[in-house]
Amino acid sequence: MLDLLANPNTQWVLVGTMLLGITSGVLGSFALLRRQSLLGDAMSHAALPGICIAFIIVGSKEMLPLIIGAGITAYIGTYLIQAFVKHSRIKTDTAIGLVLSVFFGIGIVLLTYINRNATGNQSGLNEFIFGQAAAMVRSDVNLFVIAAIALLTITFLLFKELKIITFDREFAQGLGLPTVFINGLLMTMIVASVVIGLQAVGVVLMAAMLIAPAITAKYWTDRLDVMVILSGVVGGLSGLLGTLISAPISGMPTGPLIIVSSCSLFFLSLIFAPKKGLLTKAIRLMKLRRSTGDNQVMQGMYEFIEDTDRDTLSFEDLIRVQPLSGLRLQQTIKRLQKRNLLHPSSETYQFTDKGIKAAHQITLNQRMLQMYSMHEMQFAHLPMEKNNWDFLSLPNSEQQPLFELLTKHELFPSVLQERNEDR
Amino acid sequence: MNPVSTNNITVAYHRKPVIQNVSFEAPEGKLIGIVGPNGAGKSTLIKSILGLVPKASGNISIYGKPYKKQRQIVGYVPQRGSVDWDFPTNALDVVLMGKYGQIGLFRRPNKKDKQEALECLAQVGMEAFANRQISQLSGGQQQRVFLARALAQNASVYFMDEPFVGVDAATEKAIIQLLTDLKSKGKTVLVVHHDLQTVKDYFDWVMLLNIRKIAFGPTEDVFTQDNLQKTYGGRLAFLDQESNGVNPLA
Ligand SMILES: Nc1ncnc2c1ncn2[C@@H]1O[C@H](COP(=O)(O)OP(=O)(O)O)[C@@H](O)[C@H]1O
Ligand SMILES: [Mg+2]
Repeated sequence: MLDLLANPNTQWVLVGTMLLGITSGVLGSFALLRRQSLLGDAMSHAALPGICIAFIIVGSKEMLPLIIGAGITAYIGTYLIQAFVKHSRIKTDTAIGLVLSVFFGIGIVLLTYINRNATGNQSGLNEFIFGQAAAMVRSDVNLFVIAAIALLTITFLLFKELKIITFDREFAQGLGLPTVFINGLLMTMIVASVVIGLQAVGVVLMAAMLIAPAITAKYWTDRLDVMVILSGVVGGLSGLLGTLISAPISGMPTGPLIIVSSCSLFFLSLIFAPKKGLLTKAIRLMKLRRSTGDNQVMQGMYEFIEDTDRDTLSFEDLIRVQPLSGLRLQQTIKRLQKRNLLHPSSETYQFTDKGIKAAHQITLNQRMLQMYSMHEMQFAHLPMEKNNWDFLSLPNSEQQPLFELLTKHELFPSVLQERNEDR
Repeated sequence: MNPVSTNNITVAYHRKPVIQNVSFEAPEGKLIGIVGPNGAGKSTLIKSILGLVPKASGNISIYGKPYKKQRQIVGYVPQRGSVDWDFPTNALDVVLMGKYGQIGLFRRPNKKDKQEALECLAQVGMEAFANRQISQLSGGQQQRVFLARALAQNASVYFMDEPFVGVDAATEKAIIQLLTDLKSKGKTVLVVHHDLQTVKDYFDWVMLLNIRKIAFGPTEDVFTQDNLQKTYGGRLAFLDQESNGVNPLA
């Protein structure tokens, strides 16, 4: 491994793939949020004919002309898609499919032509289909460095404009911002980040290079600036991993491994990201189900006692007064007994002192919510969303009108009071 | 000079005329409702004034000058559904966007901008949600964030597209309070509105629109059965109720 890293060729490839990863990650964030993931795919496919035409004109595989050619046809493809959508009844996905296949088809035809005529299949343009990072040379990387610096600097300087145009273009226009210019600039930057990645990753997989880091980053944050930076980091890391994994194994393609790396990072985030990951979501859902189940059983029992004046429920009673059943009910009962809210017996069900108090609070809060909903306009000033709909945490003066309504509707929870009076 | 004056605006989408020859002069310091059936062109009227859709013909001036020169003093609250609320940003940040025009290219919002944005959030009762991700807000709260963003623009004329649709009571109350505040500061507010029952309570002036302008004037003068009939035709649900003895216009 260290030997490999000492090899200047590998070093260049490494720098190149990391730069590509970073720029496509950063610009990919905007593409994703503008819902233009598919557009990225069309762009990269539409670049192929440009590469071929540039090669035919220049006659050699020099990076700068190829990239310019790629950029031009990718831009034309993108423009055509937007024009189709704007001026005809064709929907975006159809327009993208159309442009993508037509341009890619033309590209393949040109490529075949070049391969026939070039000196014995030596053009090396085929690598643009699936990418060949190992073919990167120092002058290519120099070009990438310049492009990356330019793209990242513009993103940094115009960050707030790029943000508002991505979030709400009409509003930006209303503010008098030069939206046509900024939009064109952003499209150009996305095209640029796509075409400079083509050599390493290839037209087929380039869209994944653009989108995977961005989706990954979005799992970890709720802020655009953090997302853009993270996405760049994920892209760069994927470039690093893909190159390092593929380098020691001969015949291992770097481009696809870069994509595999970024997709692995995506799957890890999908499952393990805090807040948005599937695992966290599953745990949160389970907790919510438990606490609502607990509350339903408690309130059901409380209202039974309220209605019947009996303080012990049989299993049949319990089934009747609340919506849970089967295993879930048994687990809930066990939990309530463990929390010392129910007496620990298995035939009949009875609140402990602590339990009846808790049930009273639950029932009271639920009924206050009911009153609140009935008279929403009157209570609109209450900060209920802020305090998680906990009416009992309100100051007394705010609770009073709700209490009066409860009394008026004869809904004030009565069990606890009667017990206190009994004593 | 009138805050908004339009002369024969016509807008067509794919040759289908959506609004035709709409001319009006909005008076200063009034709350003005724009009502009309679905698809009557209410949103289109606003968007054409703001230059967001191309006009087939017509002129618009804001305080006597073309809109392009007056953008800074015109605020816009789009329909809530017009953006992706899953966008990674928080409430305060969205409100700050209202100041991007004043802040200028390349520069970043500073402490003072943030402070002012926070005050705008407070005006709509949302200061506690400043750092909340916008997808975690209820529909009404999202609407209030949009209003706060328009406030941050510090405009003189506001256009709002159905701000009351799908909001909770707390938001409705906050919006009305806000409209009244704006009016008392001499601002002019044009609001596309859906609920005919509340038109008389909320608006000083009203425009009845159905592709053409049916009527425009002080609410008590033009919000009449006759004009409503002309605007809504047989589609007016509550004219039917009248025959059942309920007349919300009375
Ligand atoms: N972008 C558009 N392209 C084509 N037709 C549109 C577009 N926007 C609105 N329309 C049509 O224009 C008419 C008026 O729309 P709109 O102004 O949104 O009405 P309103 O806001 O009064 O409900 C409708 O018939 C609608 O279908
Ligand atoms: Mg509308």
